[in-house]
Amino acid sequence: MESWKDQGIVLSARPHGENGAIVSLLTEEQGRHAGYVRGAQGTKLRGSLEVGNIVDASWQSRTSDSLGSFSLELSRGTAALFMQDPIKLSALQSACALCDEALPEREKHAGLYHGLCALFETLESDIWGAAYVMWEIAFLKELGFSLDLTQCAGGGDNGALTYVSPKTGRAVSAEQGEPYKEKLLNLPPFLKPESGEINEQGVLDGLRMTGYFLEHWVFTHHSRGVPPARLLFEERFAKTVESSHLSSDLEVNKEHAAG
Amino acid sequence: MQDGPLDHLIKMLSGLPGLGNRSARRVALHLLSKRGQLMIPLADLLKQTAEDIKACGTCGNLDNVEPCRVCQSAKRDRSQICVVAQVSDLWAIERTASFKGMYHVLGGVLSALDGVGPSDLNLDTLVSRSQDNAISEVILALSATVDGQSTAHYINDHIARDGLTITHLAHGVPVGGELDYLDDGTITTALRSRK
Repeated sequence: MESWKDQGIVLSARPHGENGAIVSLLTEEQGRHAGYVRGAQGTKLRGSLEVGNIVDASWQSRTSDSLGSFSLELSRGTAALFMQDPIKLSALQSACALCDEALPEREKHAGLYHGLCALFETLESDIWGAAYVMWEIAFLKELGFSLDLTQCAGGGDNGALTYVSPKTGRAVSAEQGEPYKEKLLNLPPFLKPESGEINEQGVLDGLRMTGYFLEHWVFTHHSRGVPPARLLFEERFAKTVESSHLSSDLEVNKEHAAG
Repeated sequence: MQDGPLDHLIKMLSGLPGLGNRSARRVALHLLSKRGQLMIPLADLLKQTAEDIKACGTCGNLDNVEPCRVCQSAKRDRSQICVVAQVSDLWAIERTASFKGMYHVLGGVLSALDGVGPSDLNLDTLVSRSQDNAISEVILALSATVDGQSTAHYINDHIARDGLTITHLAHGVPVGGELDYLDDGTITTALRSRK
C-alpha cells in the first residue's frame, strides 16, 4: 500500500460520479498530485474543496502509479477571504489554474508551493498586484523559462531599463529599445534593478509581460492555451486601471473647472 | 431476460440521481407490481411533462405556459429581479415565501474547469432585462462558492448602471448554527459582513 501525508493547496475539484470528485492539489513534497475524494460533493466536504483552500491531505493507493484516494481536512479557508473582492478572487483563481494546467504531475516544486502560500498571504496587502506579477515570474522560472531583467540585452545602460524583449525575455534599455519599441514589452518600474514605485499601470504592464511569455512559451503547445481564469484576471485588472484613470481625469477636470 | 425491456428500464433508472443498480431494480419491480395504479400513469405523466414543460423565454423558469406563472403574476413586484443559478434555487426561495419580486434563472454558473462560459448561460436576457428603468434592484442569489461568486462579479460588471442597486445574499452564520462548529471561512466572512 502506497501512502503519504502532506499539506496542499486545492487547485481544482472535478465532480466524479454522484458524490465524489477528482481533486488536484499542489503539495510541498509531492508537487501537483491528483486523487479521488469520496463524498466531495456532500455538504461536509464541499466547502473545503474550493480553489485556493489549504488542506491537510492524506493519500493512499494500492499501487504508486494509480490515481489513489485522498482524505482531506481543511487547514485554511483562503477562498472565503476573497469572495467579496472580484479582482483578488480572479487572481487566486488565475494562480491556481496556472499551476493546475502547467505543472507536471507528481514532480516536486517546493519553492512554488511556498511561493503560492506567500502570494495568498500577500493578497491582503496593498502590494498584492506586484507580488502576483513576481510570483508569475518565479512560476516561469520554475518551468524553465527564466527572464533576465537585471541588464540590457543590447549592451545599453543598465540604469535605464525600460522594455523587455518578447524573443529572449531579457530587459532592454530605453535608448537601445527606441527603434523597436512597438514590438517590445513594457518593463514595470517595480521590476527594474533599482526597484521603482508600484502602481496599477505598472502591475498591468507586468501582467501583460508575463501573460505574453505564458502564452508563447509555457502554453504554446497546450491544446487549450492559456487558462481562461488567467485571461479573465488580466482583463478585469485592465478594466480597473482604466476606470481609475477615468476617475482621476474627472477629478482633474473638476479641479480645473473650480480653478 | 438478458437485454430485455426490463433490463433497459433498470439501466435507465440507475442513471437517475440517488439510484444505483440495486435501488433501480427495486424501483422497477415496485412499478411492475403496480402497473395500473402507478406505472402507466407515471409513464403518461413523464411523456406529458416532457412535451409541455418549457423554459420561460423571459426568466428561464420551467413551466407549461409562456411566459411562466411567476412572470405573469400581477401580484409580484416588477422592480426587483432575483438572479439564481438553477430552477431548484428558485423553488428554494419560493418555499420561504419571503420574496415577491421576479426571478432570472441563469442555468448554471461560470466555470472555467467545466468549460462553462458566459455564452452557455442565460445572461443576454438578464442584461437586457436589467437595462429597463423600471428595474431598481437586482439580487444576486448565487451560491457562496468560488464559481458562484465569480459569476456574481461577472454579472455585476455587465449590468451596472445608474439607478440600479445590485445586492448579494449575505454570507455567514446559518440560523441555528453554533460558532464552535463553523469552519474558519464562514466565521471570517460573517465577521467581515457584520452589522
